[in-house]
Amino acid sequence: MSELKLMKGNEALAEAAIRAGADAYFGYPITPQSEVIEYLMTEQPEKRTGMVVLQAESEVAAINMVYGAASTGKKVMTSSSSPGISLKLEGISYLAGAELPAVIVNVVRGGPGLGTIQPSQADYFQSVKGGGHGDYHLYVLAPSSVQEMADFVEDAFDIAFKYRAPVLILSDGLIGQMMEKVELKDQQERLTDEEVIKRHDSWATTGKTNRERNIITSLDLVSEKMEARVHRLMAKYKKMEEEDLRFEKIMCDDADYLFVAYGSSARIAQKAVELGREKGLKVGLLRPITLFPFPKKQLLDLADQVKGMLSVEMSAGQMVEDVKLAVEHKVPVEHFGRTGGIIHTPEEVLEALEQKIIKENGSIRYHKTRESSIL
Amino acid sequence: MTEEIIIAGFGGQGVLSMGKILAYSGIMHDQEVSWMPSYGPEMRGGTANVTVILSDERISSPYLKVFDTAIILNQQSMDKFEECVKPGGVLLYEPNGIHQHPTRTDINIYQIEANRIATEMGNKKIFNMVVLGAFLKIKPIVNLENVIDGLKKSLPERYHNLIPLNEKAIQKGMSNIKAHIIEKSILS
Repeated sequence: MSELKLMKGNEALAEAAIRAGADAYFGYPITPQSEVIEYLMTEQPEKRTGMVVLQAESEVAAINMVYGAASTGKKVMTSSSSPGISLKLEGISYLAGAELPAVIVNVVRGGPGLGTIQPSQADYFQSVKGGGHGDYHLYVLAPSSVQEMADFVEDAFDIAFKYRAPVLILSDGLIGQMMEKVELKDQQERLTDEEVIKRHDSWATTGKTNRERNIITSLDLVSEKMEARVHRLMAKYKKMEEEDLRFEKIMCDDADYLFVAYGSSARIAQKAVELGREKGLKVGLLRPITLFPFPKKQLLDLADQVKGMLSVEMSAGQMVEDVKLAVEHKVPVEHFGRTGGIIHTPEEVLEALEQKIIKENGSIRYHKTRESSIL
Repeated sequence: MTEEIIIAGFGGQGVLSMGKILAYSGIMHDQEVSWMPSYGPEMRGGTANVTVILSDERISSPYLKVFDTAIILNQQSMDKFEECVKPGGVLLYEPNGIHQHPTRTDINIYQIEANRIATEMGNKKIFNMVVLGAFLKIKPIVNLENVIDGLKKSLPERYHNLIPLNEKAIQKGMSNIKAHIIEKSILS
């Protein structure tokens, strides 16, 4: 039987990690993400499932603990908020290079620098364009509800192990701090050491028996070998695009105009769709659920149907670049978003569509007054 | 049915917990709910507000500009949220500490003297439950039974002995509500 609860996004994510059978969590507190580690510390999953929860001395230590635990084939997770993720990026690049499965959660706050503790979506570039150094991507899931904060933990672990690659859950202060009804899944057993060996003996450092030793490293000083590694990563990313792309279409079938928004902005844009429809505007919403891979083809298809698109995100304009790349200049694409921790209202979002897309493209006729035509 | 509510006041008045009990009551009533606090570097005495939405359908935006109901517990919140009530909506407020009473004529305005009632009942902490009772009298979107179940869910078990007191406070709130008369506030 599943269980209904009222939980904060951060708490739901933490509980879901325990229930997904995670082996370890290493983290360091930072607003607006601290409830994750607080919940885990209070809940003491060590007693429930044997899961290790440890507050590291810093973000850098935490991500390297993740690297170590992931090397042994264990299910391991860490979480932070924007400045903390910046600190973790070196380790994240190493995880990608060493092809290690791990789940990283970013509950984004406003930046750059220490910025603000209020919600923001300005870590899009950092999340999907590498962030750390080298040719790599993270598989990026963007939850837009407390339910998805819970559900995406298990999905993230599945993808991490399917591709042996780090997965990022990109949330923000709004989804992390709000409470909604959440249906929690049943407890999954943690894998025993024997099961881990059975599943991951081909690559993990599970204790050498009758096999060649497994070496976990991101270092390859032979260029040909390093290039082969990069090609292997690129093949994984291509496969992710073919098999594990996720998106949601809301009211798109007859849409003349399209919002493109993810995470909390998708919720706000959905309300803007409702408000627009009440006014007789045929507006739809495409919500990328994965930001990498990105629903490029779906956007290109919609570009044949709609007259313009407005990318909505709490940033100065980041995802809008990917939307523009995807639609190949077929239709006008503009950006709207508040920054600095300010959340845009549904009314603002709809007004931005009317001003930047509909008005600009002549679909709303502005009748000249007699006075102005005389002037 | 969708009810979009803002509850706003001082930190320490039980704004967030009132919202939480309301949200839990919604779950008990088999509804979709969202509870979105303003969070920040705030503490007791600072401002606190929370947006609570109860709906029969999937809730789109948890963050709103206009509301069906505003529950206002201090002057700063009155200044900010009086204009955010939808025409025809409800503004419920606690008059203690309010020096500029609401003036809109296109909304329904109610007063609840929750501070006085809670003091008379001998426990100032149940202030927010008196307000909640008043709200439920105006908008019976969840029944008292659901609220009591919601209280059981949101209060730690060691406080369950206080549930009868909370129930009484809700009932006091329900029976002591006043429709606000604008002329009176201009005079006073």
